[in-house]
Amino acid sequence: MATVPAAVRELTFSQALNEAIRAEMQRDESVVVIGEDIAGAAGRAHLGLVDAWGGPLRATRGLITEFGERRVIDTPIAEMGFVGAAVGAAMTGLRPIVEIMFVDLIGVCYDQIVNQAAKMHYMMGGNIRLPLVIRTAFGSRGDKRSYGGGAAAQHSQTLYAVLAHVPGLKVVVPSTAYNAKGLLVSAIRDDGPIVVMEHKFLGFAAKGHVPEESYTLPIGKAEIVREGTHVTLCGIGRMTHICLEAADKLAEQGIQAEVVDVLTIAPLDEETICDSVRRTHRLVVVDEDTPVASMARDVAARVGEQAFDWLEAPVKTVTAPDTPVPFAAVLEAEYIPTADKVVAAVRNQIG
Amino acid sequence: MSEDNDIDLPHETLVELYERMSLIREFEERLKWLVETGVPVGAVHFYVGQEAVASGVCTALRTSDWIASTHRGHGHCIAKGVDVRPMMAELYGKATGTNRGKGGSMHITDIRVGVLGVNPIVGMGVTHAVGAGLSAKVRGADEVAVAFFGEGAASIGAVHEALNLAAIWKLPVVFVCENNGYAQATPAEYAIAVENIADRAAGYTMPGVVVDGQDVVAVYRAALAAVEHARGGEGPTLLECKTHRYYGHHQGDDPLRYRTADEEQYARERDPLLIFRECGFLTASELDEIDARSRTVLDDAVGFAESSPLPELGDLYTHVYVG
Repeated sequence: MATVPAAVRELTFSQALNEAIRAEMQRDESVVVIGEDIAGAAGRAHLGLVDAWGGPLRATRGLITEFGERRVIDTPIAEMGFVGAAVGAAMTGLRPIVEIMFVDLIGVCYDQIVNQAAKMHYMMGGNIRLPLVIRTAFGSRGDKRSYGGGAAAQHSQTLYAVLAHVPGLKVVVPSTAYNAKGLLVSAIRDDGPIVVMEHKFLGFAAKGHVPEESYTLPIGKAEIVREGTHVTLCGIGRMTHICLEAADKLAEQGIQAEVVDVLTIAPLDEETICDSVRRTHRLVVVDEDTPVASMARDVAARVGEQAFDWLEAPVKTVTAPDTPVPFAAVLEAEYIPTADKVVAAVRNQIG
Repeated sequence: MSEDNDIDLPHETLVELYERMSLIREFEERLKWLVETGVPVGAVHFYVGQEAVASGVCTALRTSDWIASTHRGHGHCIAKGVDVRPMMAELYGKATGTNRGKGGSMHITDIRVGVLGVNPIVGMGVTHAVGAGLSAKVRGADEVAVAFFGEGAASIGAVHEALNLAAIWKLPVVFVCENNGYAQATPAEYAIAVENIADRAAGYTMPGVVVDGQDVVAVYRAALAAVEHARGGEGPTLLECKTHRYYGHHQGDDPLRYRTADEEQYARERDPLLIFRECGFLTASELDEIDARSRTVLDDAVGFAESSPLPELGDLYTHVYVG
């Protein structure tokens, strides 16, 4: 990387996450990483075996060789135990980054996230800090060559709505290598609990310019990633790329779509979304999660409450169907929102 | 009664052991009286009968050590040094409470004296103590963490995970199981496949110790050994204290629906404060003086709670996010 000119230095989403964690661990001795196979081959250094895995996105690969097993802590399969331990560690002077391999596994440690981490500061009347980052991979296949496809109903979910629902928990969903690094650095420096949702497909597929030095991006702030005048497409995580693809197709039809990348789903940046809708007068929300009690409908409802008078058409949502994620490739491809489905939703609004 | 109690403990330690028990007893009996006279102090789980456990364990700790508590947590908090004035104010839902009136009985905490929180999701606090132990080890700090849990919690997976993590990482943690015989209305002999929870320690390659939880000196000695073991880098211990809760699971629960009057009578005869008194470690007048002080402290605490302001309505919206 050193020989590449800084301006065009490119990293994958996973490499950007890795760089964020590494830099924060160098900067702050209290940052530790905890999780299953975040290094791999735990305790086998005497056999010359280290760093065998690096997490599902390889985002923690190499950390053990730099920081050692004191700060890079492989765990047994015990999410309830080690997420709880991370909560306790966060209350007592560490700044843990705990990895739940896939968001599908939050069921086994939901209490630690929802009842313990999220509420602790409030329940304690503000007398406790809880600098905890929970990283977790989510999502279904984007294309046939990418990791994450064919993992079926218990290893492909999005599920972030059940986290965003919980008061006290911040939830960020980066979409590019650039914002993955900036949001993760911000999350690590935050004094409260934050879930960072990392899309499996983006992990290796999303590649882009990432500055080498550390930088932060604001949590709770959406970003307008393409300006337009006829409709606002609101995307979350990988769906932002689907929105951009749809915007290209719509442009060919003379429709200028504005694309808002939500980036933080809790607390939601209503202002940026509503401001965009006040300019474009139409909204399509694109969400890979299932539709009932979802972020898509939450965004739609908030815009309905706050910007109804500016709307020229009913808000549309493009989401996964209200079914579990199927296995067969043909079904999984049908499951995920596509640019064509987004274009159809906009055509339906504009007529 | 402990046979090894021919007393080599310093007088001040004996005073501390009794002071803690006395203050817990007075706090809980006063609270029970307040509940019965209609003061709205929310859902409370009385610790009466179990005082020797909290006192014996916490007297073996330093202020810089950590405890994670349970739903029945008032005793642990008092024993670890939480000021009873803001504790009582918290129960009254006042702005001066330990948690600014946002937590109540089931969330009392004071991180400054090492309390990681009273925690009513049974078993979950045990993992927080493991985290505090992990934190101490990573930071190279000379701290020990105690996880209090009931025998009811011993059936939830979190406790198993916590024990295993502490064992494989050799953490400075003491697991203190307060076996009072009942998980709400479910008897221990129904819910638990082993005779002693401490027997399970073998499965984690850690010492397992059973102690009479009504004998504060015995609890103190066992806890001190476990704490020194942990502080010395030798890893965790599972200490089971066999104890009794005098009252129901929570205020208003009638325990005679699931246990016998004979059993209750037996428990009363094994009162930890009486046992201590009968051992004669301190004179009757010394003990009476301590009890009188406890009453004065509680008079003051109740007065403080009653005269404290309620939270502002705007406080509903503060402290959702940190910072």
